[in-house]
Amino acid sequence: MEDKTIVSLKNIVVEFDGERVLKNINLDIHDHEFVTLLGPSGCGKTTTLRIIGGFVAPESGDVFFDGKRINDLPPYKREVNTVFQKYALFPHLNVFENIAFGLKLKKLPDNEIKQRVMDMLDLVSMRGYERRNVNLLSGGQQQRVAIARALINQPKVLLLDEPLGALDLKLRKDMQIELKKIQKNTNITFIYVTHDQEEALTMSDTVVVMRAGEILQVGTPVDIYNEPKNAFVADFIGASNIIDGIMDRDCYVEFAGREFECVDTGFAHRERVDVVLRPEDIKISSPEAGQIAGVVESVIFKGVHYEIMVAACGYHWKIHTTLEEEIGREVGLSVIPDDIHIMHRMEESEYVR
Amino acid sequence: MFGRKSASYPYLVFMTIFIVVPLAVVAYFAFTDGAGNFTIDNVSKAADYSSIIIRSLLLAFIATVLCLLLGYPFAYIMSKKTSNARRTMQMLIMLPMWMSFLLRTYAWMTILENNGLINKFLGLFGISPLQMINTQGAVVLGMVYDYLPFMILPLYSVLMKIDPSIIQAAQDLGGHPLQVFSKVILPLSVPGILSGITMVFVPAVSTFIISRMLGGGSSMLIGDLIELQFLGNAYNPNLGAALSFVLMVIILFCMSIMNQFDTDSDGEKGELWV
Repeated sequence: MEDKTIVSLKNIVVEFDGERVLKNINLDIHDHEFVTLLGPSGCGKTTTLRIIGGFVAPESGDVFFDGKRINDLPPYKREVNTVFQKYALFPHLNVFENIAFGLKLKKLPDNEIKQRVMDMLDLVSMRGYERRNVNLLSGGQQQRVAIARALINQPKVLLLDEPLGALDLKLRKDMQIELKKIQKNTNITFIYVTHDQEEALTMSDTVVVMRAGEILQVGTPVDIYNEPKNAFVADFIGASNIIDGIMDRDCYVEFAGREFECVDTGFAHRERVDVVLRPEDIKISSPEAGQIAGVVESVIFKGVHYEIMVAACGYHWKIHTTLEEEIGREVGLSVIPDDIHIMHRMEESEYVR
Repeated sequence: MFGRKSASYPYLVFMTIFIVVPLAVVAYFAFTDGAGNFTIDNVSKAADYSSIIIRSLLLAFIATVLCLLLGYPFAYIMSKKTSNARRTMQMLIMLPMWMSFLLRTYAWMTILENNGLINKFLGLFGISPLQMINTQGAVVLGMVYDYLPFMILPLYSVLMKIDPSIIQAAQDLGGHPLQVFSKVILPLSVPGILSGITMVFVPAVSTFIISRMLGGGSSMLIGDLIELQFLGNAYNPNLGAALSFVLMVIILFCMSIMNQFDTDSDGEKGELWV
């Protein structure tokens, strides 16, 4: 059951005004999963969502829903519902009428509509607001109405297009947890678009990292964070130090002017690689004890940790630590083999979005 | 410091001189006789012309309905076009308005006349001339032609303001095109419909040039009647003022009925939801 594919994109290509927005996208989305499409703006994640919703027609390629090809099915015949970026509530209808919209179109009996709207209002904690004017609700409340309006139709798949983008940080965190809860309780497949990697890691079962119209990596949040496929994913998923290196032989890599032991194998002899070091994986010590030595450039307090920049061997190293450092002090830096991530170099063209 | 209020004084002065005073003068003439004594004879005399008033209202009503039926699809299509096509369409609507109103109406005369363009063309096929000029139909045609832009522009601006994602949301929730139109687009364009109706109906009901030039003597409208009282041989400014006054009351009454359909965005909108 868990492995059943509900939405499948095959060789999808989309062009807007001759520009390729999606380049040959292949993606299978499993039933009951919380899937996040993650990437910087302009990477094609919203376009991918709109393909599934039926608002964009692909230039070529096929869209399958529950095993059936739905390329030519108009949006109103698809068993998906969308929570739009700016909620897109109907300004001429109140909260109740907005949520009931889909059911009224299906001409369900009034008492059933009423019952289901009330259940939805409970689900999104908005009971008592049914007669309110949607234009006078706060952003968080409009958001809840938009989610209820989509969920009430019991879609097989719910599409969410950066639904929390307009909310403040605190509310966004609360809504993340709430959305995840709603997804678990309703057991509906959520396809969620965001550019916020933390949001993606917090909520998803599967994260799809996209860039420039291509899918770079698909995996669980833990996989994506710990085993990023290339330097872009590593950088996008969390601030990282990306350094030029040369893979000397299996388990030995050269960067910053010396050789490090690592755990990666299978690279060509003397292959030029990207070395990725997480800021929290670099340890600061006395100059003698470190593998390389450098000077502290800046110290920024970030709440839980300090973000410390150290200049060493011609690079600026970003380090997260709970201990404060003094600017100008000489320090040593070290990293254990397990935390050195080696990646194949991206093509030069891949750097430009 | 000048308050915000003091900035509005020039407008108050302007409105007093050009709106309040003229209205007071109209009211004064309407309720006095030639010697300046108070009387309601003028107003009660206006009832003698009820058939003309009713005809004016009827023709203006027909013209307004036709403008709405023609203007709505045009405005809707225009709002869906690319910005280049929109500019062209807007230009085409505005262009005739740059010419004199009088000239445009004269042009229709030469087209509709018994030996005008259409009848000459029909004559080529041996069809005997149609009576088009000097009919009520010609008057309605003139009204529709002259006032259509005033219907299209407010409709267009209100349709342009509808967020496309709202329309997509309606489709997404299972609305087929007709339902999307009746449940979302139409209700959201009500303010434009109301202001379009006002902008067409009010000038159409009081026009006198169109009816004189295209309607001949056959269909005198209240505008013609009022004009006669001031500039014609029937010179009687007191009756003219009374007729204007009655017309104004009727229009205000119509507008207030119509505004019942308009509710603020924070009001109840139940009656539009079927």
